Amino acid sequence: MRPTDIKNPEYFHKVVDCQYACPAHTPVPEYIRLIARRRFTEAYLVNWESNVFPGVLGRTCDRPCEPACRRGRLEQEPVAICRLKRVAADNKGDITTYLPDIPADKNGKRIALIGAGPASLTVARDLMPLGYSIDLYDENPKAGGFMRSQIPSFRLPETVLDEEVGYVLDMGVNQFFQQRVDSMKAILQQPYDAVFVGTGAPRGRDLDLPGRQEADANVHIGINWLFNVAFEHTSSIGKNVIVLGGGNTAMDCCRTARRLGGENVCVTVRSTYDDMKASPWEKEDAQREDIPFYPDHTPLSFVCENGKLVGMTFDRVKSVYDDDGKRRLESTGEEPVFIAADDVIVAVGQEVAFPWIEADAGIDFDDWGQPVVDKVSFQSSHEKVFFGGDAAFGPENIITAVAHGHQAAISLDLFLSGKDVVNTRPAPNVSMVSTKMGIHEWSYDSTVTHDQRFSVPHLETSVALSDRKAEVELGFDTDIGFHEAERCLNCDVQTVFIEGKCIECDSCVDICPTNCITFTTNGDESDLRGRLSAPADDLDQDLYVSDTLPTERVMVKDENVCLHCGLCAERCPTAAWDMQQYTYQVTKPSQVINIDASGIGFHSVSNVP
Amino acid sequence: MSFYKPKFRHPQLPSNALGFTRAEYEGALSTLCAGCGHDSISAAVVQACWELDLEPHRIAKVSGIGCSSKSPTYFLNKSHGFNSVHGRMPSVATGAYVANHELTYIGVSGDGDSASIGMGQFAHVVRRNMNMLYMVENNGCYGLTKGQDSATADEGSRSKAGAINPFENIDLVGVALEIGATFVARSFSGDKEQLVPLIKAAIAHRGFALLDVISPCVTFNNHHGSTKSYDYTREHVQTGNIVDFVPSRSEITAHYGEGQNHSLNLHDGSVLNLSKTAPDHDPQDRRQAINALADSRDAGQILTGLIYIDTGEPDFHSMMKINDKPLNSLSQDQLCPGNEALQKINQKLR
Ligand SMILES: Cc1cc2nc3c(=O)[nH]c(=O)nc-3n(C[C@H](O)[C@H](O)[C@H](O)COP(=O)(O)OP(=O)(O)OC[C@H]3O[C@@H](n4cnc5c(N)ncnc54)[C@H](O)[C@@H]3O)c2cc1C
Ligand SMILES: Cc1ncc(C[n+]2csc(CCOP(=O)(O)OP(=O)(O)O)c2C)c(N)n1
Ligand code: SF4
Ligand code: SF4
Ligand code: SF4
Ligand SMILES: [Mg+2]
Repeated sequence: MRPTDIKNPEYFHKVVDCQYACPAHTPVPEYIRLIARRRFTEAYLVNWESNVFPGVLGRTCDRPCEPACRRGRLEQEPVAICRLKRVAADNKGDITTYLPDIPADKNGKRIALIGAGPASLTVARDLMPLGYSIDLYDENPKAGGFMRSQIPSFRLPETVLDEEVGYVLDMGVNQFFQQRVDSMKAILQQPYDAVFVGTGAPRGRDLDLPGRQEADANVHIGINWLFNVAFEHTSSIGKNVIVLGGGNTAMDCCRTARRLGGENVCVTVRSTYDDMKASPWEKEDAQREDIPFYPDHTPLSFVCENGKLVGMTFDRVKSVYDDDGKRRLESTGEEPVFIAADDVIVAVGQEVAFPWIEADAGIDFDDWGQPVVDKVSFQSSHEKVFFGGDAAFGPENIITAVAHGHQAAISLDLFLSGKDVVNTRPAPNVSMVSTKMGIHEWSYDSTVTHDQRFSVPHLETSVALSDRKAEVELGFDTDIGFHEAERCLNCDVQTVFIEGKCIECDSCVDICPTNCITFTTNGDESDLRGRLSAPADDLDQDLYVSDTLPTERVMVKDENVCLHCGLCAERCPTAAWDMQQYTYQVTKPSQVINIDASGIGFHSVSNVP
Repeated sequence: MSFYKPKFRHPQLPSNALGFTRAEYEGALSTLCAGCGHDSISAAVVQACWELDLEPHRIAKVSGIGCSSKSPTYFLNKSHGFNSVHGRMPSVATGAYVANHELTYIGVSGDGDSASIGMGQFAHVVRRNMNMLYMVENNGCYGLTKGQDSATADEGSRSKAGAINPFENIDLVGVALEIGATFVARSFSGDKEQLVPLIKAAIAHRGFALLDVISPCVTFNNHHGSTKSYDYTREHVQTGNIVDFVPSRSEITAHYGEGQNHSLNLHDGSVLNLSKTAPDHDPQDRRQAINALADSRDAGQILTGLIYIDTGEPDFHSMMKINDKPLNSLSQDQLCPGNEALQKINQKLR
């Protein structure tokens, strides 16, 4: 193999598994270390810079970082990254003094943001410090999008959402709430220099089955029903409730139904239990509230008596997988099952809908009704119009909407400065700093703890079910937070190999607890992978290969299960290994908060051109 | 500063025939200087014992005093161990061996421990052909007491302080050949491909096995002018017989290209495959071994590999007709048969 180019910012970025997996590339180990030092405010700001809604996400994030966490490859459970974010949010001090300054003199450019969900709010957060004038439209009375209208208060208290939405709105965003935008052309006729569409995926799918019309009064579309509960248009439901669907929306519906008077609430899903789309923790939380799941049930019909819904029939199926792993449902041939119900909530998916964008508005749509949007710039076929969040590529989650928002904000700023939105994008902001403080002394806590993942305490179920707004998860206290933070392996502290210093004494090879390092003759990647000190079959994890050493061998390090413990560097007689902290920050249009590589010393930067 | 080694190990570490991974053969975190050759030797012992499927609790580690003699703490922490007195490891090993010859004995010593204060004990344990692996971790100096020249320092070698060693050196390999060792080998801590099979072969050998391992002291003897540094050793190493150790259970699959090949059966049923890079040296011929050593020395080189082996000599156990059963398995009556038995013995001696 050729020597690894560690100057390429993506090489070490990929080693920080959690940060790499996070759509917004939040510097996870950085904020976890700050939590361990009880610097909650700074930990919060590191998050806020990257993901805008740390308090919301610390409760509700889909957490793609956790399955990626290196610790999960060494023991049963990854670091509770998401719940640590909440520790920062719950314990921070006043952050207002750190927030970026908003110029009183505007730069003369006006931008309309349609929809006030996380995507639009992120665009506003990134562009307000640059002096843009921003008009934010939403059909609802308050900003937040689905974070407000869909995610139930027992998972996300309104105060937390209000606070974080407030930090953005208070930058001086012009608010046009309770104003549904009905015409894109009308918006484009106004003197806006650019438009961002962050309207989400607001249409819930229905199920057109026999009896659907007759049962209509007691059949509810999941996201509409949750919306009505959130805005207090709905406050009760029947005793017997069926929720159709196996995703997170179904989980929120069934748990909300339990709080609005549903006594026998069940979830039916066509797939197997394991294939349900909902996150494992959402399933566990629902089951803890006495909600049975009926997997392998395909709905057949709504059953009505005297014009009123009394239940549904289901065909029992089994999942059959073909050679490519594609799933097909096959009926078992058994008698259909009847489940009694006073109400049915249909939570079988949602989609984008743009009835308000005229066909001749200059925006192209594909055959599936999805706008044609550039994956890098988020620009549509109309150069002034950008998309982001669920509206761009279909339903995802909050953190993805935020990541889109950052990228769209960069594009908007480039576009409005007359620059190319694809080819002049800024490189990430990276730095490498040695953590060496003395012989065998590092500026990070290199010791690896052996604690298993701590579990988050929950409100007692009976209390939780009696109050729709009572938050179920109680969060870690700062003490457990510290111990959980200590589980983080500091994967951003990189093992850097300096060929010229190595005397090939093997000490690093011998000490490494997880056999990451090998000195051997070079070969191509698959050959090398077969000859290392320990199996190296995780192809997603890179090999770090040095230049040829005096004995004609190369150093090969499999990054896969490196503990970042620094023992190789401590045992190296010549300091040929150094532990260097790698900081990778997605560049924002305005550098809202500067993350110092040492994690100390925060200052807000107003970067007005 | 790390005070312990994390417990996490590679999740796909292979297991040996006993179901153990290498982790089962490790020891405490080393306190030797970073880069010390002794640590590499410890790692090679771990690898060899794991590959040999030895049960850790059936191994006894014995050592004297020195950085080298400390190193048994850093491997096989589930084995028995005795860190004895300077130069007196052979006595302790002999006592332990007489009490229980069924254990595998791994002796670890240094060049100071064996060639200076312990020279007398060393000579006698060699000539008794006691069944043990005797490893000298040879750095040409007294590492633990800050690097004074040892008796294995070569004449003309320069100390870190700049003094030239005026004395002739003792080559323990040569001494052992002269006084009847039945397995004599030399290796280098920086060459595990050679060292691990040699350790395995030495453990499998029935009789005394000397393994002299050049093991650079990074702190006191790794400078320019030293003849025991990493660089000097790498530049002057001459590889003699390359050993491939084939345990009794497995098929012989090794293939050799160059040089002559030779297979040797050991007492436990395992096989040593030798490939000889020096064609005129038969490791079963003591005279040839002595010549090869002298030739290489004259050429200013360091001969490594298996230098001599004799599988035919009786070992200490059979020569001394030592009780077959370990003492700890005998009953009180057998161990202490009482006054009557004592009187009988005394009677014989009258
Ligand atoms: C029940 C449910 C639970 C969820 N739970 C989670 C969770 O726990 N974690 C997570 O990460 N994600 C979750 N999601 C997904 C997440 O809410 C969305 O992916 C995210 O909010 C998308 O953000 P967005 O900015 O694209 O738009 P949205 O948040 O959807 O906001 C769009 C806003 O635009 C408004 N709007 C639409 N059209 C117009 C118009 N023409 N004029 C004016 N306003 C308009 C909408 O009313 C809405 O307020 C959940 C989704 C659902 C349905
Ligand atoms: C009876 C006695 N004399 C002297 C010493 C001091 N002493 C300790 S270690 C050592 C030399 C060790 O040298 P070596 O065996 O080569 O081990 P190394 O540290 O080089 O590995 C000496 C002289 C001692 N501990 N005991
Ligand atoms: S930091 Fe070094 S010693 Fe520790 S696990 Fe990684 S490579 Fe091994
Ligand atoms: S410990 Fe240092 S000098 Fe020794 S092999 Fe490793 S990198 Fe090279
Ligand atoms: S002093 Fe020399 S022999 Fe002792 S531990 Fe340090 S390097 Fe090894
Ligand atoms: Mg010594």
